[in-house]
Amino acid sequence: MLQDHIQMQNGNKLMIKTKNEILNLLAGINDPEIPVLNIVEMGIVHRAFYENEKLIVEITPTYSGCPAMKVIEDEILDVMYSNGCDNIEVKKIFAPAWTTDWMTEKAKDKLKNYGIAPPEGKTEKDFFRDQNKKPVKCPYCKSVKTKLTNRFGSTACKSLHFCLECTQPFEHFKCI
Amino acid sequence: MSHQLNDYVRAALFEYLLRLGDDKLILGHRLSEWCGHAPALEEDIALANIALDCVGQANAFLTFAAEVEDKGRNEDDLAYFRNEIQFKNLLLLEQPNKDFAHTITRQFFYSSFGIYFFQDLAKSKLEFLAGISSKAVKETSYHLRHCKEWMRRLGDGTEESHRRAQEAVNDLWRFTDELFFKNDIDELLIQENILPDTNSLREMWRTYAEEILTQATLQIPQNENMQTGGRKGIHTEHLGHLLAEMQIVARSYPNAKW
Repeated sequence: MLQDHIQMQNGNKLMIKTKNEILNLLAGINDPEIPVLNIVEMGIVHRAFYENEKLIVEITPTYSGCPAMKVIEDEILDVMYSNGCDNIEVKKIFAPAWTTDWMTEKAKDKLKNYGIAPPEGKTEKDFFRDQNKKPVKCPYCKSVKTKLTNRFGSTACKSLHFCLECTQPFEHFKCI
Repeated sequence: MSHQLNDYVRAALFEYLLRLGDDKLILGHRLSEWCGHAPALEEDIALANIALDCVGQANAFLTFAAEVEDKGRNEDDLAYFRNEIQFKNLLLLEQPNKDFAHTITRQFFYSSFGIYFFQDLAKSKLEFLAGISSKAVKETSYHLRHCKEWMRRLGDGTEESHRRAQEAVNDLWRFTDELFFKNDIDELLIQENILPDTNSLREMWRTYAEEILTQATLQIPQNENMQTGGRKGIHTEHLGHLLAEMQIVARSYPNAKW
């Protein structure tokens, strides 16, 4: 969603930063709650563009009460300042609403290797039906003999499960 | 978008956003009172998570409200420096937690309404309102799954859980009419095409709520006198106590930072 070329101001000089340069800088910032993923592959960075000589970075929360948003905003400002961009604004946006459908396959693999079962399939469009009727696959032993222990976990985006095969409790990134 | 509104519409939208924000703020605060006190650790986490979603949505609605009002107030001013009569939340949501059955029943009545209500609101032409509403739908669907299962388990559980769940339904049913409160503010915003018309909401909610309560072997009280007032700032005695606790720190140390 990033524009191909983003102009950034550095002192009196206008610097052109490419889409890749901006992306790489932002991709250096990890999600404070799930440090194995960065904010670009999570889909938290929605857009970045240049408006009246100012770089605007739009971020969107995974859940509306996500307490990590302030930390993420500070880190974006930090990274951009230290890379010569002091005319920047981070905007929190709600539309379109974040969905796990935006998470890349690579990000899902990283989650799995980290011990968090990734969201599977697409988000349920029927809001009354129970999601995850199918047991979630254990990220440790890959067994499907698991049970849901709590629909809510240590952060708003995760649920708690228990593997009956390897007796390991684990977290699952909910599909939303 | 909000810059293009005339003063009349702006005032109506501000009032409407206070309703949405206050609903979530007061419910979120009530749920947070369970933190560290819930019947089981899992439930403690669940209620705190639902509270967090509510407070997060409240933050968004009140931020937007302050922006629409455009009088130099921010979301914290609206949350901490308004008095009881200026709060526009539903009476249902300020009712005390009492026991677990009351908390779950309150949540069930509200979430089952919210799932329809916010799906409609997600169609608003105001991008911000549509965005936060579509987020609210997703979060509400988790809240609803959680409390709907508890309704069934409590109602169709032991003799005592059934008794307590039925008591909760009896106590709280009279506040459900207010979920569908509408006045000239709604009419104006519908006319202005800011709000979708939600006439079928009541029937859809009633059918769904009845279905779950029947599964839970619970009865809907008959001939109940419905209570309203929250939308006009006329509250039950419970809101004042809640606000006193919620606002004391901000009012004792205005502009404190940490």
